[in-house]
Amino acid sequence: MVASQSRGSRSGAESTAGTDWQKAAYIAGQAADARVNVELETEGMTLNLGPQHPATHGTLRIVVRLDGEQVVWAEPICGYMHRGYEKLCEVRTYPQVTTLVNRIDWLGHFANEVPFILAAEDLMGIEAPPRAQWIRTIFFEMARIANIVLFLGDMGVQLGAITPIFFAFRDREHVLNLMEAATGGRFHPNFDRIGGLKEDLPRGWVEEAKVAMKKMRGFCDEIEDLLMGNEIFQKRTRGIGVIPPAVGLEYGLSGANIRASGVDWDIRRDEPSPLAYKECDWKVWTHPDGDSFARYWVRLQETREATKIVDQLLDSLPAGSIQAKVPRIIKVPAGESFVHTENPLGEMGYYVVSKGGLGPFRVKIRTPSFNNVSIAPWLLRGVYVPDVITILASLYFILGDIDR
Amino acid sequence: MLGLDLTAYWATTTIKVLVVLSLIPAGAIILGYVFLLKMMSWMQSRMGPMEAGPRGSLQLVADGVKFMQKEDIFPARADRFVFAAAPIVVLMSTFLLYIVIPAGPRLIVEDLDTGIFFALAVSSLSVLGILMAGWSSANKYSLIGALRAAGQLIAYELPLVLAVVGVVVQAGTMSLQGIVHAQADGEIFGIGLIGNPYILTQFVGFVVFLAAAQAELTQTPFDMPVAESELVAGYMTEYTGFRFLFFFMAEFGTAFAFSAIGATLFLGGWYVPGVEGTLADILGPFVLGAKIMAIAFLIFWIRFSYPRFREDQLQAFAWKYLIPISLVNIVATGILKVVF
Repeated sequence: MVASQSRGSRSGAESTAGTDWQKAAYIAGQAADARVNVELETEGMTLNLGPQHPATHGTLRIVVRLDGEQVVWAEPICGYMHRGYEKLCEVRTYPQVTTLVNRIDWLGHFANEVPFILAAEDLMGIEAPPRAQWIRTIFFEMARIANIVLFLGDMGVQLGAITPIFFAFRDREHVLNLMEAATGGRFHPNFDRIGGLKEDLPRGWVEEAKVAMKKMRGFCDEIEDLLMGNEIFQKRTRGIGVIPPAVGLEYGLSGANIRASGVDWDIRRDEPSPLAYKECDWKVWTHPDGDSFARYWVRLQETREATKIVDQLLDSLPAGSIQAKVPRIIKVPAGESFVHTENPLGEMGYYVVSKGGLGPFRVKIRTPSFNNVSIAPWLLRGVYVPDVITILASLYFILGDIDR
Repeated sequence: MLGLDLTAYWATTTIKVLVVLSLIPAGAIILGYVFLLKMMSWMQSRMGPMEAGPRGSLQLVADGVKFMQKEDIFPARADRFVFAAAPIVVLMSTFLLYIVIPAGPRLIVEDLDTGIFFALAVSSLSVLGILMAGWSSANKYSLIGALRAAGQLIAYELPLVLAVVGVVVQAGTMSLQGIVHAQADGEIFGIGLIGNPYILTQFVGFVVFLAAAQAELTQTPFDMPVAESELVAGYMTEYTGFRFLFFFMAEFGTAFAFSAIGATLFLGGWYVPGVEGTLADILGPFVLGAKIMAIAFLIFWIRFSYPRFREDQLQAFAWKYLIPISLVNIVATGILKVVF
């Protein structure tokens, strides 16, 4: 039965093998067949996970070649959601660009704006006043919480537990409500400006934010009890998709993915930045295992740390202006600048080239998800189909962040 | 009475068939509304459906009507006859389950001497329908889902039967009606007040039965055949409209039937202490209904809060834990049966 079905799909693959990667995929599949079929007389099967598939939350397509339920070869194919943001940035003025980049990692909304604004400020040689930097950092960490909280629930859905995601959506609202109260935008705040911020915080916001941070810590405890402590969850994630630190570094992983492999690297702490991270006491968590469980664990701890950072910054919020003196029409002097920050998904960087005009001449956006997913072919070899889902979920990518 | 002889063979048979045919959607709708729509929503801090009928109670009826109106789609390369027959085969297995479940001293379709044996045998008929659905859909997800379902249902048939053997040994009969009577007449340390519901003496068997029933029903944590994050919807992927409705009804109808079997085997079925004769026939269905809801609550509670196993872990769970435990349970039950 299996043989006849897969034979059908193979002849289909031959007839459509037009492009180079398809040919390469076909040859790799053949080679993999030859390897695994020595003992058992079975033929492989090519399965398309996506672009329309419930587990890819977006439009990532993964072609996997299966021997039974075991993957012999896998290839992620991205680009189905390419929106051309790098090119669009070239025809926008500097203040207009933040509207675009909000939508790159749509769950970590505000965190996308900050590195671009910092790069522009760097080129102009101005620096925002301390209060603006404080509030930027607070929003940055809130975006991190709003983003990772969804991951913490979504991992459960990928493994078959449907309840955690609803708790995640419920408690994420606390953060999004705060964002909306301060910026007017629930999902796309578009709040960061060159030289400062659009507005100051509304009255009573600081107290509300403290209550919300307490609730988020409660959520972390809850999800730890409900999902992370579950035996089946641990069985499904421990030892699955192990990334050795050296391999992770070679593939350019960043963020929680590389910290879960034991590499103690966090741009917030390790690089000089005008943001207010050095003002508070927090910890970068690493995990020695490098498996899916470690990635989940590190992200859970990061959410807790983020709430602590926000709490401390709210306590030490300096008074003063939120906007430095900038010209009415912003013209950035010619030059080049690269600023990267530790975004919820990993290292995000903007390489901005200016020729002195109203808008950037060229913007290159380094997004974390693209590199994080690039390790998939290496990681997915020899695993079972259910583990493909576990591994992809634990790598945690946002499609907008891959394709831009 | 209207010139109809209701005791004639054809009349009783027709009535029985109609009752069972109406019980399947009724059971499916009750479980679907109470647990799938409402309990799950409350667990997840939602309201659930609120518009169709009082507190959304007619939502599933509305959904059913919606499914009827959908286009009847056959995939281009599907085996049309098998594809169309598969949901009916699955539903037939559910239908046959209801035949042997007693709802009162006289309220039973057919009191077979081998009642529980029959029930467990026909429940595995659904594998056939699932394999047919998966194979005829000409879809890789369907095929993988169907093969997973076959492997899983075969693996969990064994602990299910072995868990029931303990009850059968203790009751001394395979007839479900006989098992209810055995529990009603039983005594706990010489006190016969509430009879002897076998959940007390066969607790290990009850736990194994619940786990195996969960797997038979392909509910989380054993829902690999329909794992939506991996296989879209498993063997149901290509089904739409009323054929999908058949699968849905079979899923929840079987859950209802398995809860009824669990209630009959371990909670005393329709029996409630102090009620005899005709009154038991009237009260029986309600008592059984309450017990069904108790068992179904356990099944759905686990379904809504657990992640799912992987295929190999699931097989290991059946063969390494459930089967040895139930074998030990049988031996212990046999020894105690002989001693006392």
